[in-house]
Amino acid sequence: MICLRQPSMKLKALALLISILALTFGVGITSAQDGIVVDILTFTGPQIAEPLQRHAPEFAAMNAGVQINVVTVPFSDLYQTVLTDQATGTNSYDVFVFAPQWMGDYVVPGYLEPLDAYLEADAAIAWDDVAGFFRDFSSTYEGSTYTIPLDGDFHMVYYRTDVLEQLGMTPPATWDEYLAIAEAAHGTDMNGDGEGDYGSCIGKARGEQGYWFIHSIASGFLQSQGTSQGGFFDTETFMPLVNNAGFIRALEIYQATNAFGPAEELNIGVGDTRSLFTAGRCALTLDWGDIGSLSVGEGSAVKDLVGAVILPGSSQVLDRATGELVTCDDTTCPHHVNGVNHAPFAAFGGWSGGISAAAPQEVKDVAYAYLSYVSQPAQSNVDVTIGATGFNPYRVSQFEGADAWIAAGFSEAGAANYLGAIRDSLNSPNMMLDLRIPQNQRYQGVVLDTVLSQFLAGEFTAAEAAAEIEMQWQEITDEIGLDAQLAAYRATLGIAGGE
Amino acid sequence: MTAQPAQSPKRATTFAEWLDALAPSVFIWPSVLIILLLAIFPLFVSLYLSFAQVNLVSGGYEVKFVGWKNYEKIFQGSQQRNFFGRWSDELNFLGLPGAPDWIGWAVMAVLTVFLAVMLVSHLRRRQYSPIQLIGGIIGTVALTVLVRVFTVWLVAPSGAMAGTWFEEQYWLSILLPVLTAVGSANVLGIAGLFWRVVTVAFTLALAYLFVITFGADGLPGGTVVTLIFVFGGITTQYLLGLGLALLVTQNLPGKRFFRIIFLLPMLITPVGVGFLFRMMADTLLGPLSPLWQLAGLSNYSWVETANGARLAILITDTWQWTPFMFIILLAALEGVSTEPLEAALVDGANRWQLFRFVVLPEILPVTVTLLLIRMIEAFKIVDLPRIMTRGGPGTATESITLYAFNQWKASTSSIGFSSASAYLLLLLVTFCALVLVNIVRRRVLEAFA
Repeated sequence: MICLRQPSMKLKALALLISILALTFGVGITSAQDGIVVDILTFTGPQIAEPLQRHAPEFAAMNAGVQINVVTVPFSDLYQTVLTDQATGTNSYDVFVFAPQWMGDYVVPGYLEPLDAYLEADAAIAWDDVAGFFRDFSSTYEGSTYTIPLDGDFHMVYYRTDVLEQLGMTPPATWDEYLAIAEAAHGTDMNGDGEGDYGSCIGKARGEQGYWFIHSIASGFLQSQGTSQGGFFDTETFMPLVNNAGFIRALEIYQATNAFGPAEELNIGVGDTRSLFTAGRCALTLDWGDIGSLSVGEGSAVKDLVGAVILPGSSQVLDRATGELVTCDDTTCPHHVNGVNHAPFAAFGGWSGGISAAAPQEVKDVAYAYLSYVSQPAQSNVDVTIGATGFNPYRVSQFEGADAWIAAGFSEAGAANYLGAIRDSLNSPNMMLDLRIPQNQRYQGVVLDTVLSQFLAGEFTAAEAAAEIEMQWQEITDEIGLDAQLAAYRATLGIAGGE
Repeated sequence: MTAQPAQSPKRATTFAEWLDALAPSVFIWPSVLIILLLAIFPLFVSLYLSFAQVNLVSGGYEVKFVGWKNYEKIFQGSQQRNFFGRWSDELNFLGLPGAPDWIGWAVMAVLTVFLAVMLVSHLRRRQYSPIQLIGGIIGTVALTVLVRVFTVWLVAPSGAMAGTWFEEQYWLSILLPVLTAVGSANVLGIAGLFWRVVTVAFTLALAYLFVITFGADGLPGGTVVTLIFVFGGITTQYLLGLGLALLVTQNLPGKRFFRIIFLLPMLITPVGVGFLFRMMADTLLGPLSPLWQLAGLSNYSWVETANGARLAILITDTWQWTPFMFIILLAALEGVSTEPLEAALVDGANRWQLFRFVVLPEILPVTVTLLLIRMIEAFKIVDLPRIMTRGGPGTATESITLYAFNQWKASTSSIGFSSASAYLLLLLVTFCALVLVNIVRRRVLEAFA
């Protein structure tokens, strides 16, 4: 084709320039005209970001002149993006949906707005319906509430009901029982392909989620007096609770599970263990709530064959004075069930929304209204049954009515079992809080993760690993300041008076 | 100035000529300055950061100077194990900690003999007079010790200079003696010997670190792991690349096709290569798992053992970088002039003699440059271990760069410590590059030419 007349390059460029300018200014003018814009920052997802984006148009339709923008960054950048945005005074975002573990780093310099006044005036959020752990611990710092929980995160043990039935065994109540089931099931064919499968699958890879699982095992040994006792440090001296008989026992159990898992176990994360479990290749696994909705989802080979149970515990708990294990009784573990101390571990803590203290007042109001809207039972009780949202249950009403779960594909018995495990965990007054003190990433993401991985690879014995973690944790504490860290730790546990 | 009028530039007589003379500088200096700024500014800032700790505070961040603390952590603190490795505390017959096995001792012995021969041959070649030699050594050592003692006295906490700027300026007590040693060796005319002794000592120390971390109770740290990746990798890649290049220079059918095929791996981004090999090495879920199962290896994992994981990364690195060696060696081989080859053939040389005495000497200069580029590049290996093993199992595949990255990503306040680790890597790379350029290259050229 030959064009008879072509506009000159200059004209073309000019036209392009004009249209770009028009677009830029046009967009600028419309968004400026539209009243209140709320910019929400969270990670790329698609989970977590998906429900936030999905509810935005609904919310805007109900509130004229309001616009909700969801901005996402990769998970590994989120923590630093929030810090940089606030520390440099850029303040591009009004709402942060983040991990409550980072709260200490955000609340102490004053980046987050306290939400107590909003909550008092808001009946629709049904604040009392939020499980006590998330209401009283996960969303608070030094007694004030700073975040609205959108997701409930804690570990549970999942098992194959058919495999346990075949073996004539009951779901594990202690970690010794967990190992016994794993050993009995290991090597048997669980998905009918004629190949031997695995007794226990745990994502132990370094740099992924491996370091959370060690505290899921250790929690039952370390924390026995309720959530405010804490399971990471002594609340009086800030001595790390790692170089003791309880943590060393947990390390040994963690290592013992290696024998019943895939050979690759030290190099796989939860993404892989979830695939393995839903493909029917594991008898037991340790995970967040996600396995429940994934097991009834598309491509699952284990539909209606999955049971969940509160994290196994221990019949012996740590005596913090001596560093030795003592037998469970009504004094040493007041919350025991049949002589076993359970301490469900709220690993990561569940995605929560906080509001930037630097946002203008009218934006804060709308931002709060949107977080409240997403968290209200009408929205969240449906969202938690959908695997794609990444939201796990955190409200009492979410494990009381099974209808939404059955609609999502669960059988009645399956829903009752899954919700029962969630209820047991959420109702436990001894749920263990994840570490939330400033720079907790250095304690967990670097030191614990590295030493644990060295231990699993055989570079350390359990006792050496415990001593190494203690030494390096204390080094970080000395660097940041013991008094400040102790005060922060007590604040996260809701203990009044820093010192 | 007036002594050599012939060589001084022509004097400008008019303003226009002066402008003409100035023009090149006017054009060049802005870009030179920008490049210098871009290169040197971060270098100095990160050097400063390596002596500091960065804290986020309300409304910004603060940089707190902490002196040698970051380096102390690496050399004698909690990170020594991760950076250098672990070794037996028992003293061996040399009075040093560490218990190498017999292979380790053999390696040390061979290396020591080799380095000693090198030193002796240097002394022979340079023919120092006994007075110059002995005087130079004694003078350098004495001056250095003297300056060291003086600066230690100078900077001692609550010492003679307490309250003045000198107090606790420890860097002075290291920098000044080092400068004295370098300076006096130069002035006394034994600079060549001095640098050789430094090189020999550094090489022996690295080799000793290598053998004790592989000895009884030992565990290699980031430094040793990096050295394995560098030297294991480039040796294999060079030999393979040379072999492939030799093959392609033969008149085999389809050589044009293979020339392109051999190049492909180099065009893929290292992260992509990492994922590719991670999947292939996965005996459980990977695309090759049916093959592993057929071979009865479904319950074996590459990444289960330290050496398996290192081997997996070495294989991947080799796959990716052999093409680089191949393409440059191919160009060098094709540039070998045919006359000497023909002459040698006429003289009755066999294929090996042709290669050893005609081809090899011609491609040696290229070889050394090639190894230098690859070595500098290989020291910075981070993507493959990060993707394939995340430095695991344990810390078996954690290179220094990955180590520094892992430290930084968890917390802004660790950026100082990460800078310190990175600076030590820079020292290591510089040392190895200097050794290659100044000593290995010349000796190799002398030996073959």
